[in-house]
Amino acid sequence: MSPPLTREEVAHVAQLARLCLSEAELDLFTEQLGQVLEHASDMNSLNLDNVVATAHPYGLVNVVRGDEVRPSLDRDEVLAMAPDAQDGRFAVPRIMGEAP
Amino acid sequence: MRTAVQIASDVKSGASSAIRELSLSLDAVRARNEELHVFLYIDQEGAREAAARVDAVVAKGDDAGPLAGVPIAIKDNMCQRGVPTTCASKILEGWRPPYSATVIDRLLAAGAVPVGKTNLDEFAMGSSTENSAFGPTRNPLDPSRVPGGSSGGSAAAVAADMTPLSVGSDTGGSIRQPAALCGLVGVKPTYGLVSRYGLIAFASSLDQIGPFAKTVTDAATLLEVLAGHDPLDSTSLPEPSPSLVAHLDDGVSGKRIGVVAELIDGADDEVVGAVHRAMDVLREAGASIVELSIPELRLGLSAYYLIAPAEASSNLARFDGVRYGLRVNADDVAAMNEATRTAGFGAEVKRRIMLGTYALSAGYYDAYYGQALKVRTQMIEAFARAYRDVDLLIGATTPTVAFAFGEKTSNPMAMYLSDVFTIPTNLAGEAALSVPFGTGEAGLPIGVQLLGPGRSEAQLLAAARVLELADGRS
Amino acid sequence: MTLPNGWQMVVGLEVHTELKTASKMFCGCANVFGAQPNTNICPVCLGLPGSLPVLNERAVEFAMAIGLALHSNIAPSTFHRKNYFYPDMPKDFQISQHDLPINVGGYLDLPDASRVSIERAHLEEDTGKSTHLGGTGRLKGADRSLVDYNRSGVPLVEIVSGPDIRSSAQARAYAQELRGILIATGASDGRMEEGSMRIDANVSIRKANAPFGTRCEIKNLNSLRSLQRAIDYEALRQVGLLEGGGTVRQETRHWDENLGETSTMRIKEDADDYRYFREPDLVDLAPDQTWQERVRAGLPPMPAERRQKLSARLSHPTSAQLDAVEVVIDLGLEELVERAVDGGAEVTLAISRAANELAASIDNISNLSSESFTATLLMEQRGELSATQAKTVLCELLALGGDPQAIAVAMGYEQLSSGSLGATVATLIEQHPDEWARFCEGDEKLAQFFVGQVMRLTNGQANGKSVIAELQARR
Repeated sequence: MSPPLTREEVAHVAQLARLCLSEAELDLFTEQLGQVLEHASDMNSLNLDNVVATAHPYGLVNVVRGDEVRPSLDRDEVLAMAPDAQDGRFAVPRIMGEAP
Repeated sequence: MRTAVQIASDVKSGASSAIRELSLSLDAVRARNEELHVFLYIDQEGAREAAARVDAVVAKGDDAGPLAGVPIAIKDNMCQRGVPTTCASKILEGWRPPYSATVIDRLLAAGAVPVGKTNLDEFAMGSSTENSAFGPTRNPLDPSRVPGGSSGGSAAAVAADMTPLSVGSDTGGSIRQPAALCGLVGVKPTYGLVSRYGLIAFASSLDQIGPFAKTVTDAATLLEVLAGHDPLDSTSLPEPSPSLVAHLDDGVSGKRIGVVAELIDGADDEVVGAVHRAMDVLREAGASIVELSIPELRLGLSAYYLIAPAEASSNLARFDGVRYGLRVNADDVAAMNEATRTAGFGAEVKRRIMLGTYALSAGYYDAYYGQALKVRTQMIEAFARAYRDVDLLIGATTPTVAFAFGEKTSNPMAMYLSDVFTIPTNLAGEAALSVPFGTGEAGLPIGVQLLGPGRSEAQLLAAARVLELADGRS
Repeated sequence: MTLPNGWQMVVGLEVHTELKTASKMFCGCANVFGAQPNTNICPVCLGLPGSLPVLNERAVEFAMAIGLALHSNIAPSTFHRKNYFYPDMPKDFQISQHDLPINVGGYLDLPDASRVSIERAHLEEDTGKSTHLGGTGRLKGADRSLVDYNRSGVPLVEIVSGPDIRSSAQARAYAQELRGILIATGASDGRMEEGSMRIDANVSIRKANAPFGTRCEIKNLNSLRSLQRAIDYEALRQVGLLEGGGTVRQETRHWDENLGETSTMRIKEDADDYRYFREPDLVDLAPDQTWQERVRAGLPPMPAERRQKLSARLSHPTSAQLDAVEVVIDLGLEELVERAVDGGAEVTLAISRAANELAASIDNISNLSSESFTATLLMEQRGELSATQAKTVLCELLALGGDPQAIAVAMGYEQLSSGSLGATVATLIEQHPDEWARFCEGDEKLAQFFVGQVMRLTNGQANGKSVIAELQARR
């Protein structure tokens, strides 16, 4: 019986999630995630075509706030927690591609 | 240790002081924290300041609040300004948030004295606190066993008499299960009853903050302080905090209570026995007990282990080494993100991020996440149908008493199965609590679970009170 | 520009506009341009752990206003998370709207009477801004980047047209008309150069009635001129590719205004997997009829209606005059024009001066008062100023403000306004009663006497003929 997900798929997902897995971890996760998905296949026995996902369990809608300006954080306090900062901005190593 | 209610009363009357109560609490913490590893951080400075403020208010003759001078422990996934908040993860080691969660503000306004941040499974993912990046917490009643999870530290703090109250979070059972394993009252409130602003999110549509206490009255008092609408949380219920303490002695006469097969089947015999004895007590107190089966609940585990990781995979994306927390450097930012997250997250967190990312990914969304959302609707409707015939439900909280370290860590599925009785309530967004009732193997406590529709906390606590009195504890 | 060999271009435009709310989309941080970096941030727009979004009511109302102006259906909608990693995104997901946007359908009629369909418009939050160090300051070749999150969380509406546009001129007209609508609703200030309005163009080509070809997305269009040039370039590029036996690759291309060409930015992979799912921290949006009506009642007239109203004042307008009307409306000058006309100015003159002289100095328009504009036009109409002189006076007024009379005098223009001339003459009449009496009895020579006196008093600025006309009128 074919496994619910392949090692290649797990590697691809790791890349999407910005995680680097060792070979051993790839094997282990393929097996473990496979088990969870196996277990979840009990959901497939149901015909849920006409069932709709629920948004908020108590039907809250239109929750908004008035357009008022409120105090912001102190920049120094925030940048003090940054791993790297320069000229009042957060610094990161070079960005390789354009934003989607 | 005295109850929180007694402590508050003593502090307000002058029979004690907040500073003194804090001192007693810190003594208790120091006595066993090294052995049990309950607290990740003890905020002596902040606690002292908070206690002094309470005493000053009392000295002026003003009302210091329902929790005046009561020491309280906070699960380390809630932001407290200036205090290290780690989620028991290396990726947040050393981070001090520049703001506080709404619940912290409410606790301080009620006169409570936060003593420190307690250990948890990393990012609240786990059922034993063995997934903490900083070492596990031990069950105070038997240190060779787990306290449960993910709020293991908060449960242990109260069980070890370090603080009479603590705050935890429950996404799939993370308050109720540790409460059961540690012999405490633990409540998962209705979704939206307690603000999530400042709670570091695991699964946004499932998370709720709730109380741990030794008595039902203490739990109700704390929940009243935490609950009520918060304009900073769009999902918070619109109404103010409900009245709970005033209804504690309402009893259960005339109530219809359903015992649900799917919330007991698979539990150890001693746990099943405890639930049956609890049913007897409720019957004697005037409730009628009905046997029910809600087959839809069996799918809860599957739906949960797709929905929760999916939301978590998105919630945890922000931990990328750019703005705060751990950064492991690399030549380009994507490589830096990857190196940081790989070094910063533990195995269980990675596993769930992977599972969640997969469940949401193109081509698989419909089969996994999309399907799970529909199953969730089924469960909500199934509960609603049940509550047409009964007022409350009863079942086990967790299949066993506290288990040994390492017993369930080799196989993730085994650990996930211990959430089978608690998960359905989170999926439905409804209310449930665990109340200690009887003991099992080696005298370890057993928790009985009471469940109700949304906004039924007053009923649940009243029923829990009946059980508490019968169990001869207070 | 028509494409060669029967090729036809197919263009759809995606317009993002920042909304002019006081605070951001999901938090109370100030929504302002040009502040010091990272001074308008909070736990929510910085995406700090534990933070939660709360929707800005005014942003919703602006979105509704835009929808109403575009004849869309305001539908119940939901928010989604668009998940991807990028340093200018504090949560590494963007809160947007996916399959259930707030505005569905609609259309935009252009001045040339063509109609472009609107597919949808939705709400989303903006990202932060990065600057790149090392290299040329552009992304390629940079060593490191610095991120400012002031813009993160600013509310945006994205408007997606149908693929109905068939020429770059039509694209430009669409963008212009849409900008006029966005400004009219108050939702946006439409500044492409500042980035408060951003346009991406999707361009493909086909032969008539053939299925649509593969399209490319063009970004970095910072002006309407760029938009037009880039579309023409891209369409021709695709023609060249296809006629050369190649295929068009689906990708995102960057427009370089200096080089006048597009270049590959990102290959669009099918697996641009954003893993969209419903945002669990927000609840659904379903504006009821009452709310929609309130927004509708508050909508001011849109550009098309205002053009219609102004051109109705012209009898048999030429197409040049209609173009001028378009400019007047586009620049928001119609109130000046209307007030001038009400004050006696001739409507074609008012429109012409507004569409030309005022338009040329539109950034300084606040220096020109309605009274000054009207007065200048009247002076021109009465012959006191020639056309050239009137234009100069307007330029001066726009540059420095002031009074048209005084400016005319200072510039050495002969004519004085009849009002001050009359006052001058009246004064002289009082001062020289004998001479006045003889003039009234018929001694025409004394007209020259008075002209001389007026010249003396006005330093030679008076127009002799006007003086005589004034004397005769008073006789």
